[in-house]
Amino acid sequence: MRQGEGMITVERLTRKYGSFTAVDDISFVCQPGRVTGFLGPNGAGKTTTMRVMVGLTPPTSGQVTIGGHHYHDIPNPGRHVGVLLDASAQHAGRTGREILELGARTMGLPASRVDEMLELVSLTPTEAKRRLRNYSLGMKQRLGIAHALLGDPSVLILDEPANGLDPAGIRWMRGLLKGYAERGGTVLLSSHLLHEVEQIADEMILIGHGRIVAQGDKKSLLAGAASGAASFVTALDNEALTKALEAKGIGVSAAGEGLRVETETVEIGRTALESGIVLTDLRAADGGLEDLFLELTSQTQREAVAS
Amino acid sequence: MSMNSTVAPGLGHALDISGTSPTPFSRLVRTELRKTWDTRAGLWLLIATAALTGVVMVIQLAVVVAQDLTVSYNDFLTSTNFSIALLLPVIGILLLTSEWSQRTAMVTFSLEPRRPLVILAKLVVGIGLAVAAVAIALVLATICNALYGLLSDFPVVWDLSVLQTLAFVLMQIIGMLTGFAFAALLLNSPAAIVLYMVYSFVLPGIFGLGAALIGWFEDLQPWIDFSDAQTPLIDASMSGEDWAHFAVSGVIWLVIPLAIGVLRVLRAEVK
Repeated sequence: MRQGEGMITVERLTRKYGSFTAVDDISFVCQPGRVTGFLGPNGAGKTTTMRVMVGLTPPTSGQVTIGGHHYHDIPNPGRHVGVLLDASAQHAGRTGREILELGARTMGLPASRVDEMLELVSLTPTEAKRRLRNYSLGMKQRLGIAHALLGDPSVLILDEPANGLDPAGIRWMRGLLKGYAERGGTVLLSSHLLHEVEQIADEMILIGHGRIVAQGDKKSLLAGAASGAASFVTALDNEALTKALEAKGIGVSAAGEGLRVETETVEIGRTALESGIVLTDLRAADGGLEDLFLELTSQTQREAVAS
Repeated sequence: MSMNSTVAPGLGHALDISGTSPTPFSRLVRTELRKTWDTRAGLWLLIATAALTGVVMVIQLAVVVAQDLTVSYNDFLTSTNFSIALLLPVIGILLLTSEWSQRTAMVTFSLEPRRPLVILAKLVVGIGLAVAAVAIALVLATICNALYGLLSDFPVVWDLSVLQTLAFVLMQIIGMLTGFAFAALLLNSPAAIVLYMVYSFVLPGIFGLGAALIGWFEDLQPWIDFSDAQTPLIDASMSGEDWAHFAVSGVIWLVIPLAIGVLRVLRAEVK
């Protein structure tokens, strides 16, 4: 066992297509028991990185190991690493059930495993008999997640798994993956939508233009951008609170029924307690991470390039 | 390792792969075989191949009985060149190209990263289907020849030797493999099918025309015309020189495309 390394270890990975560098010298690890979110705008290099992980794309330089092995050296890899790279990359003429059946047979699993997985992702027997071309994107994603989980793997690599899921589906997936990680599994999932990832990921890797621009858990990422910390607060007496905060040299501005305060929530709570002011609502300003995400990837956003 | 018994399996930084055996080749073959019939298109292609074989023979039987012609067992079998020989290569092509057009190669190669084994499994399935097609053709030819004996006034001729049967099997396998080679080369269903049809229907005519018109080409043609080189196989009359033609033209039309195509699949980035 190699301590200090992750279950998935990406080391100085680069992938070039001619003069275009899709992935530029990136390194990161994914720890077991944690959900790692791989976040970046479209075309940032997430999918290329994941394809290198499972041996579908050869790297230009660098390497990826999973549990200390190259993917190619893992026997019957579906039993160890569950992969969902593109839920639509299945034969349109096969039924959902048949797609799982093929996977189960390749991995040498009993047919009962197919039924278990269908039940797990809530595809009814009638839906499972339909052909993939008649599936909605959300149903394809559920089927793809079922396929990734077939072999009871200890590592999951999922590319945009929430894409096409409805809000209930996203909540379901969040619960599923959290539970999976709590049982010791390693999850790497990518997304271009921050709010999808921040609620589920313990750890986040932000990628833009093929380079990692930030990584860490939510708290440490925000701490890195602490200067921008802000909160929303509403008190019974907003005026008194404004005075008390301004007396401490903290910036306050009106925001709807309440106030926007340029500090962390704990400082506001303390001030309110000292001044005996009753608070009715207090929360960190949403979008703190979103601001950070946009800021960190701004040089790489398509819009920025165009302007 | 009992010292850390609270740790669940999987909660480590390494994968324990000691208990997992590699996917056996026989399982890959069975999965690939299943892929040939588990879609409507695939199933109907198989059914159509068998049905067309039967239809061609029944037509042949009706014609020869109605017109009082003499035919033998071998004639019935040879007529399957219009059915089996036409559709088997298409099955061979789709074995490979459907993985790319439907993008299932992503799943196939992530479940079995040893790509040479996957390709080999597909080849085994293709050859198996060719042998099965020949078996069906033999049964149908037997039935038709027996019916011919009942319906016509001529004596029934059972003139098929073991050698001829083997040569017939070889021809169908070659057709399948040529389709497979073109498929690997192009990785695109329509393009590979068109190339195969041009190769098997247009090219022999051009070669024949060239040989008739151009003196030096007449000497070259036997060495580069793979279809023509297979003709003596039909009645198992291959001479030493025929085998030489067969080998040289086979390298050009089968071995080289297959080698380049397989190399391409092994190295291709799968998207």
